[in-house]
Amino acid sequence: MERKPIIHIENLKKEFQVGDEVVRALKGVSYDIFEGEFVTIMGASGSGKSTMLNILGCLDKPTSGTYELDGVSVRELSNDKLAEIRNRKIGFVFQSYNLLPRTTCIENAELPLFYNHEVSAAERKERAINALNLVGLQQRLHHMPNQLSGGQQQRVAIARSLVNDPVVIFADEATGNLDTRMSYEIMGLFQDLNRQGKTIVFVTHEPDIAKMSKRTIVLRDGLVVEDIVYEHQVDAKEELAKLPVTD
Amino acid sequence: MVFSNLIKVSWKAVILNKMRTFLTMLGIIIGVGSVITMLAIGEGSKQSIRSQISQMGSNMITIRPGSQRVGGVRIDDGSQRSMTLKDVEVVQSCMNIDAVSPIVQSSGQTIRESNNWPSTMYGVYPEYLDIKKMELKKGSMFSQRHISQSSKVAVIGQTVVTNLFGDEDPIGKTIRFKSTPFQIIGVLESKGENTFGQDQDNVILVPFTTVQKRILSITYVNSIVASAKSEDAAKQAVEEVTNALRKLHKSNEGNDPFSVMSMEELLTTVSSTTEILTALLVAIAGISLLIGGIGIMNIMYVSVKERTREIGLRMAVGGRSKDILLQFLTEAIFISVTGGIIGVFVGIAAAKITTFFTQWPTIITGSSLLISFFVCAITGIFFGWYPAKKAANLDPIVALRYE
Repeated sequence: MERKPIIHIENLKKEFQVGDEVVRALKGVSYDIFEGEFVTIMGASGSGKSTMLNILGCLDKPTSGTYELDGVSVRELSNDKLAEIRNRKIGFVFQSYNLLPRTTCIENAELPLFYNHEVSAAERKERAINALNLVGLQQRLHHMPNQLSGGQQQRVAIARSLVNDPVVIFADEATGNLDTRMSYEIMGLFQDLNRQGKTIVFVTHEPDIAKMSKRTIVLRDGLVVEDIVYEHQVDAKEELAKLPVTD
Repeated sequence: MVFSNLIKVSWKAVILNKMRTFLTMLGIIIGVGSVITMLAIGEGSKQSIRSQISQMGSNMITIRPGSQRVGGVRIDDGSQRSMTLKDVEVVQSCMNIDAVSPIVQSSGQTIRESNNWPSTMYGVYPEYLDIKKMELKKGSMFSQRHISQSSKVAVIGQTVVTNLFGDEDPIGKTIRFKSTPFQIIGVLESKGENTFGQDQDNVILVPFTTVQKRILSITYVNSIVASAKSEDAAKQAVEEVTNALRKLHKSNEGNDPFSVMSMEELLTTVSSTTEILTALLVAIAGISLLIGGIGIMNIMYVSVKERTREIGLRMAVGGRSKDILLQFLTEAIFISVTGGIIGVFVGIAAAKITTFFTQWPTIITGSSLLISFFVCAITGIFFGWYPAKKAANLDPIVALRYE
């Protein structure tokens, strides 16, 4: 069966002008990510992984090279068009959750749909509730972020990333603010979503997290130095069970 | 973003910061409220001046000694005495003039038995009543015969009656003015205060010659009032009288020892004065509206700064620059327009309270409400624009990582 590439990048370069110096953050990166993959992008700080994710997430444009997201060439698009792509095709999960304060889970989860005029208010709410059910927060629909634990807040953020039914979810250090237990819980959730067919790209610098994905792309100094496909995916829930119980 | 969503999102932001929103709104409320109150006071005084002046008789012409223009023009020291009965005759001979009356006046205590009251005595012709559109309540006006005999008879206003006679009928009674006794033959219908707060009922009308010769012993007249044949003829009459008097005084424009003014002109003069005053008041009130606007700008800046990450997030999940701009602009307009609506009511209430405590007439016109409302919507757009633009121009990557 021919697998459909969700992300196709070829010789991707990104340069920044910092003062008189030109910083080359990405020096020609190429790879494909196919539908249903769970990819982690690893690298030390300065390796270009943040730049990589910004470009993949259509928040930034490459200086040169090809980037096709779900068959759409992104480099020529206007800012408004990019916003539309982000709205329809991409889900974001951030390290610091980025939930709106004093706003209920439902309202947080439905946020992307506010920018999609094809979705009515009723449908918006329904889809937000469905997404919250999917991440196991059906009991917390009307809670505010400050009434939730870090893990629960990140679940709301994941629900928000799912609500527009994106072709790919980008997670930026999504477990970075969580302890090991909660990190594994979240990874378990991502694994579940991946099993249901979601394509996930996950930036991290923690090797144990990376091993819970199916493939790891390692960046160093703006180049891909390793592209590992794991034969055995570590199951997050099993790992969670192995953790010593603490109070 | 769809309009209804825009409203929802902005409403939410406003609701989340109730106190802050209210305080910001307060600036606009006070601004709009004071503009409306000032406009109401201005309009009220203008209208009441208008109605009073037309009540006085819109075809009335007043001739006073002295120059109307003072700045830069030398004024004859004796100009106050420059008019005599000769002027009255000249005015009477004008074609467009119907009736004429000279006026000599003297103020002083009026005494009746143990009561006394300060009043002003006017020496006039019987025509004075018609010219001034005054009515008699009872008794009769003195006649030409009284004039030629310099009779000591008087027609008095309501204030004088109240203060000297109380409930008594004054007809036939005697009052003393500067030790001269006058017999009361008539009482005037009450006219109330005029625009300038002057009591129009505190008057004693006496035959012209009586005041001029017996009381003041002078040969000149203080002023002359005349009525034009009709309201339309008033303007021509002014011209005619001016020319006739110039001939008499051998003067020309710029150094006339007299001034001729119709009610219409007086109306224009007074109106323009009140208009300037209104403009001044509104300008001061407008400054408070401006400060209210700056308050909005300030709070919107704080809001944009505070919600930088939210803006980044909204952009990341698909908000375009335009959506962000509109969101913050809507918020600013929401604050200013809501403040404006409340301000309109506060303004109306303040105008009513002003009238209640000061008796100043206030009139609230629809146009003043409409103007205030639009000014505040524009204030919202104007002062909300820059912060909103700043928000819309944020780079989502930077905004998302903003601490």
